[in-house]
Amino acid sequence: MARRYFTVAAFAGLIVAIQLATLATGTAYYLTQLTMTAYYSLVIVGLCMLIGYAGQISLGHAGFFAIGGYVAAFLTTWDLKSHQGAIVSLLSKSGALVSRHDVYGGSLLTVHPWLACAAAVLLTVAVAYLVGGPILKLKGHYLAMATLGIGIIVYRIVLGTEFLGAADGISEVPGFPLPGGLLITGDSSSRVSNYYLAWGVVILGMILLLNLIHSRIGRALGAVHGAEDAAEAMGIPTARYKLHTFVLSAVFAALAGVLLTHYNGGIGPSEAGVMKSVRYVAIVAIGGMANLWGALSMSLVLNYLSLRGYFGTYDDAVFGVILILIMLFAPDGLLRRHLLSDLKRIVSRDPEGEEAP
Amino acid sequence: MTLLSVRGISKRFGGLQAVNDLSFDIATGSIKALIGPNGAGKTTIFNLISGFLPPDSGEIVFGGAEIQALSSCEVAVRGMVRTFQHIRLFPKMTVLENIMVGRHVHSRAGFLAGMLNLPFTWKEERRIREKSFEIMELLGIVDHAGTEAISLAYGQQRVVEIGRALACEPKLLLLDEPAAGLNMRETNGMGALISRIRDMGVTVLLVEHDMSLVMKISDEVVVVSYGEKIAEDRPLAIQKNREVIRVYLGDDE
Repeated sequence: MARRYFTVAAFAGLIVAIQLATLATGTAYYLTQLTMTAYYSLVIVGLCMLIGYAGQISLGHAGFFAIGGYVAAFLTTWDLKSHQGAIVSLLSKSGALVSRHDVYGGSLLTVHPWLACAAAVLLTVAVAYLVGGPILKLKGHYLAMATLGIGIIVYRIVLGTEFLGAADGISEVPGFPLPGGLLITGDSSSRVSNYYLAWGVVILGMILLLNLIHSRIGRALGAVHGAEDAAEAMGIPTARYKLHTFVLSAVFAALAGVLLTHYNGGIGPSEAGVMKSVRYVAIVAIGGMANLWGALSMSLVLNYLSLRGYFGTYDDAVFGVILILIMLFAPDGLLRRHLLSDLKRIVSRDPEGEEAP
Repeated sequence: MTLLSVRGISKRFGGLQAVNDLSFDIATGSIKALIGPNGAGKTTIFNLISGFLPPDSGEIVFGGAEIQALSSCEVAVRGMVRTFQHIRLFPKMTVLENIMVGRHVHSRAGFLAGMLNLPFTWKEERRIREKSFEIMELLGIVDHAGTEAISLAYGQQRVVEIGRALACEPKLLLLDEPAAGLNMRETNGMGALISRIRDMGVTVLLVEHDMSLVMKISDEVVVVSYGEKIAEDRPLAIQKNREVIRVYLGDDE
């Protein structure tokens, strides 16, 4: 247990070191992309739990990210002033609504971000349970196809829905207030606090998932992944555990969607796109599937490079190529113990050769 | 006292009547063997009893309750645990972890408790570990606790699989060909182990091809052929049963 939290502490140290480095080199503007990277990393680690530990693929996680982001964006920008009625006044009195001013100085009455976040998570849980129940009965390619379908449905819905902004998405989303006067916002004056907030959320998520992996449930998931019929024979409700893990990882994606939408001040349909889902899976794969730290570190590097524009117009292509190369040459991911001997094997063109003992 | 009562179960796969109106009882604390020529339907019977397949008709009563409609998972929770003809250990897990999975039905930490690492789970994990070590001591595999289970020798993998099942503290243990692929020395050890398990108070039903093992350890034997029971008796009587000899060796003509 001590080792588990030592690694977490080391990672927190790395996050501090990165911030200090940007401070020392006068490149604090990098923190914006690093903060966005943190929220994408939340999706990645949740998906890693599903793929690597429960052994189920999802090519639809951008859909859950978008459900979270769009519900938060819609509810916190939907002006209820023109909808005065019993329900609205009741909500208003109970503190569920907030009055605020838009960028042009007009006054708005919108849903409180916390309530919107709760609604986003609840909707995600409901959708994940409803679709997860039937589709998790599928295996392998069939499950991949079904989850891909869900991602596409969410994408087409947000793209085709007028009140969700269609192709433009939703903008002017307010910040997300936290206790202690903190605010999740892209405002450059709170860049440093938002960087730490975002990575704080990721570290919290990591602690929860690491605990889970090392618990009775984590062991059971390993059993389900390894030999489903034997797990069933040991009294493990395999279908239920797969579904719970699916919902858990969907909630991670939705929360990331909510927080990044507040940080960016908006969300567009590209966040729900299939290529986003492919990217998430590619990063989990290159991190080593059943390796939360591998997935997190690969997410940190690759999302950052992508967001800084290093991949240019080939952005999506890069992640597609990564996925193909990983599947061909290193299906256990890049970060693992036998990396060197595997590289030698690939170089010596002997893909069937056994690893040296 | 009867622990398991199979009452007139049948199962058809397309045009094949795999099991036909089969009935037998298992007394608490006994070892019962299920034998029959290849293709007699023994593994199908196992799958029906353990909830891996639903029977087309008939009842299976375990500990006083009908279980034929339950899933294999629910059957395991009620105290009936099986092993597999082809060993099904969990890969990428050590011997200790494999056996710890067996404690699943006797522990309760869920997703939330696991994620939050709640204090009650620490005690529970410690008990799971202690119990698993007890079982490994009993089976003499404690030296392999940290070894990846599927890297062990075949005979030892069988022992681990039985250990995993014992960790569930079953009332009834179903062993599907426990001696398959074992050499003579290992088979003798397996026989002694099964007898010891029975002496611990666990009722055993086994499917087995090794006749000397079956005759040595079983209290009663059921013989099936083409999905139907042709004999049920004590081992010595079974050996003299004309119908059984005919099924195994063919007619005199």
